[in-house]
Amino acid sequence: MARSVSTSRRVTFTVIAWVIALILFFPILWTIITSFKSEGDAIAFPPVFLNFHWTLDSYREVQERSDYLLHVWNSAAISFGSTLIALLISIPAAWAMAFNPGKRTKDILMWMLSTKMMPAVAVLVPFYLAFKNLGLLDTKLGLIIILTMMNLPIIVWMLYSYFKEIPGEILEAARMDGATLGKEIVYVLAPMAVPGIASTVLLNIILSWNEAFWTLNLSASQAAPLSTFIASYSSPEGLFWAKLSAASTLAIAPILVMGWFSQKQLVRGLTFGAVK
Amino acid sequence: MGSIRLNKVSKIFGEMKVIPSIDLEIENGEFVVFVGPSGCGKSTLLRLIAGLEDTSGGRIEIDGKDVTSEAPAKRGLAMVFQSYALYPHMTVRKNIAFPLKMAGEEQAVIDRKVAEAAKVLNLTDYLERKPGQLSGGQRQRVAIGRAIVRQPTAFLFDEPLSNLDAALRVTMRLEISELHQQLGTTMIYVTHDQVEAMTMADKIVVLNRGNVEQVGSPLELYSRPRNLFVAGFIGSPKMNLIEGAEAAKLGAKTIGIRPEHIAVSTTDGAWKGTVGVAEHLGSDTFCHVHTETAGTLTLRTAGDAMLKHGDTIYLTPDDRRIHKFNNEGLAV
Amino acid sequence: MATMQMRTTARAMMAPAVILLLVWMVVPLAATLYYSFQNYTLLNPVISFAGLDNYYYFITDPAFASAVLNTIYLVGGVLLITVIGGLFLALLIDQPIFGQGIVRILVISPFFVMPTVAALVWKNMLMNPIYGIFAWLFSLVGLPPVDFLAQIPLLSIILIVAWQWLPFATLILLTALQSLDGEQMEAAEMDGAGVVSRFIYLVLPHLSRAITVVILIETIFLLGVFAEILVTTNGGPGTASTNLPFLVYTQALLNFDVGSASAGGIIAVVVANIVAFFLMRIIGKNLEA
Ligand SMILES: Nc1ncnc2c1ncn2[C@@H]1O[C@H](COP(=O)(O)OP(=O)(O)O)[C@@H](O)[C@H]1O
Ligand SMILES: [Mg+2]
Repeated sequence: MARSVSTSRRVTFTVIAWVIALILFFPILWTIITSFKSEGDAIAFPPVFLNFHWTLDSYREVQERSDYLLHVWNSAAISFGSTLIALLISIPAAWAMAFNPGKRTKDILMWMLSTKMMPAVAVLVPFYLAFKNLGLLDTKLGLIIILTMMNLPIIVWMLYSYFKEIPGEILEAARMDGATLGKEIVYVLAPMAVPGIASTVLLNIILSWNEAFWTLNLSASQAAPLSTFIASYSSPEGLFWAKLSAASTLAIAPILVMGWFSQKQLVRGLTFGAVK
Repeated sequence: MGSIRLNKVSKIFGEMKVIPSIDLEIENGEFVVFVGPSGCGKSTLLRLIAGLEDTSGGRIEIDGKDVTSEAPAKRGLAMVFQSYALYPHMTVRKNIAFPLKMAGEEQAVIDRKVAEAAKVLNLTDYLERKPGQLSGGQRQRVAIGRAIVRQPTAFLFDEPLSNLDAALRVTMRLEISELHQQLGTTMIYVTHDQVEAMTMADKIVVLNRGNVEQVGSPLELYSRPRNLFVAGFIGSPKMNLIEGAEAAKLGAKTIGIRPEHIAVSTTDGAWKGTVGVAEHLGSDTFCHVHTETAGTLTLRTAGDAMLKHGDTIYLTPDDRRIHKFNNEGLAV
Repeated sequence: MATMQMRTTARAMMAPAVILLLVWMVVPLAATLYYSFQNYTLLNPVISFAGLDNYYYFITDPAFASAVLNTIYLVGGVLLITVIGGLFLALLIDQPIFGQGIVRILVISPFFVMPTVAALVWKNMLMNPIYGIFAWLFSLVGLPPVDFLAQIPLLSIILIVAWQWLPFATLILLTALQSLDGEQMEAAEMDGAGVVSRFIYLVLPHLSRAITVVILIETIFLLGVFAEILVTTNGGPGTASTNLPFLVYTQALLNFDVGSASAGGIIAVVVANIVAFFLMRIIGKNLEA
């Protein structure tokens, strides 16, 4: 709104907003600060805020723990792997629903959504037993399968909502121009939907990276992603706050940045288009 | 070659018979216009010919070959959509080259054909732009460019000018007509605008509720409309239709007389009336005249006619140009 | 639309997603249902039919009643904080403030912190009764430190989870708020509506749908809160912070009682479905529009 607001009012709101924002952000900020402390400074009381000896020791130690990189790799493999597989299954489905809707398309979409509402804990037992029998416990493959299926409904929905915004005539034009279905999708639909596909991928990587039910229950060491690895700090190791902070900072930094970029799409993705 | 034959073609959407049954022959090289009010099934018919929709019945032949169940790409037709349907992520060059690329042409051939098309359509300077950076008329030309590079057996146009402003519409109309002269390829052109139909067509197909009301050259339709619908639809301003006693005098249910076929006099004539609104276009003047016996009539007179609101005048129709219609609305 | 050929293709293109999801939904759920009627513990390989025993024992276990209550408190508490706080924050951020973009980023960041990290950071560096920030803040005003996770475990978990979900509510309400028609607001202002009546008669009705969506979606997720409990209190002390999912987890993976855990799982499905029913209706309505 192009309206002049009195400066004093503006300053008041600015101050209140910044104070609250900083309070909400504080736990993250504190984690980042603590990651640069020595273990001694980390548990200093009263807490030291900036005037301490800054050091990268904790990062060095976390890196040197031979298994840290393994967990980063696990997290990346699981979240990217599951998102990409789900994407490959979803693009054709979303194409069909958006451009060739049938009588039951809406019902199918709603049903897909409903699978997302099934509480994970309800199927924990059969999955645990099946994974145990198939030797999938604590394997990346097992977690990728689970997260692929967890992501599938959201990805189909998001892609569907992005595809819906592309005029069907353009795809018909491609068809008239002699494009086969595959070429129609690869040369015309996909490039046009790049922003939508990108934000879908981003949101799902975030969700998978942070997933903390299946990863905690079905992985222990070998396939453990960062979320399981960090949970292991809840035991005695949790006392090493500087190391915990360094590991945490490394674990959340990439996702935090991705999240900042995907704020807008996030709303659409998480509300299934109910709020735009 | 590019002759198209429709044989009892019909289309049903769910419960709705959008096209009950159409027979139509289009000769090679003809410029055919499908005209009719919005929602009468023009686009549907075009899409049936294109293969973007299945027919519910009947046969479509192109050059004598049955293509009823052939995929769109196999029919050798090119289509220009109302929204242009350009590929927004590709440059003009890539847009025009796309059908050639899909056909697996060599790059050298593609380059040459794109350059030729761009020259014909005055797009040479814009080849590296994206559609979003072009004006409406330029986009339109890109859409046409994409159609002509394939050298199709026929072009299909679905209301290609309806998104342009009035001045540009007139220019593009001429360009498309000229293109038809140059290429000599069959064109099927859909519009709801009878002026476009009259000015561009070799043959007009008047559609109403999915039925063909009349097929003929523009002048045939103008001078010998087969029924009331065509009479009312073709010509601007609309033909005056008069019912009741005046029509009965001539032994018809309804008579029609075009605004330009009525003589005006200030002293005497067949129908006496007062001038309501007079629209001065400069070249012509359209008058809406309230008559005592024939209802309100539209009249077309010279641009310098000094008629004004409230004048009393007398109108006389040109006897040879009165159209008579029977109870079924058919011309007699 | 389109041709028969296209429709056939479309079905084929949808098939993998539909079939996979169908299997994913039906098979494990059927298995859970089956197990819930069996006497089956991982310690004893003999399986026998149990009828409704599992449900009976699961429901009459005192831990169940307390888990149900804890689940309700957890969901209700977090909803209360996040919806009211989110509304307040959204209205605040929507004001013309300096550095709006940065404020927005700071506020939404907690949502992207993985639950295990969030829980551990809160548990240790904030809530630790000896070295934590809260202990220090309390000492500044002369209060004795509180051992949050031992004395008020559920409330502490509510606080942690609310911190994670407040950004979600804020972001969605803010998005809805920004789609409010500025002209409508100006018209109301011309008509002499004050700030309060504009909020009550224009803003709140406009947000009502977004608020409903926030409530329903959060509920779906909050019914399943698990990691935060696992790494902070482990459900305790006793069962003071055990919710329904955590109880099922305890039964299955700690007590190895597959039958009873499955019965718990089925109960969780019933609860989730009640919420899902309302959510689906809202989303479905949106699909029509
Ligand atoms: N895919 C479709 N499904 C159902 N009805 C349709 C479909 N396409 C067009 N129609 C209906 O068919 C009729 C003719 O449409 P159309 O051919 O687009 O008309 P026109 O192009 O002459 O304006 C309209 O009543 C329209 O609602
Ligand atoms: Mg049309």
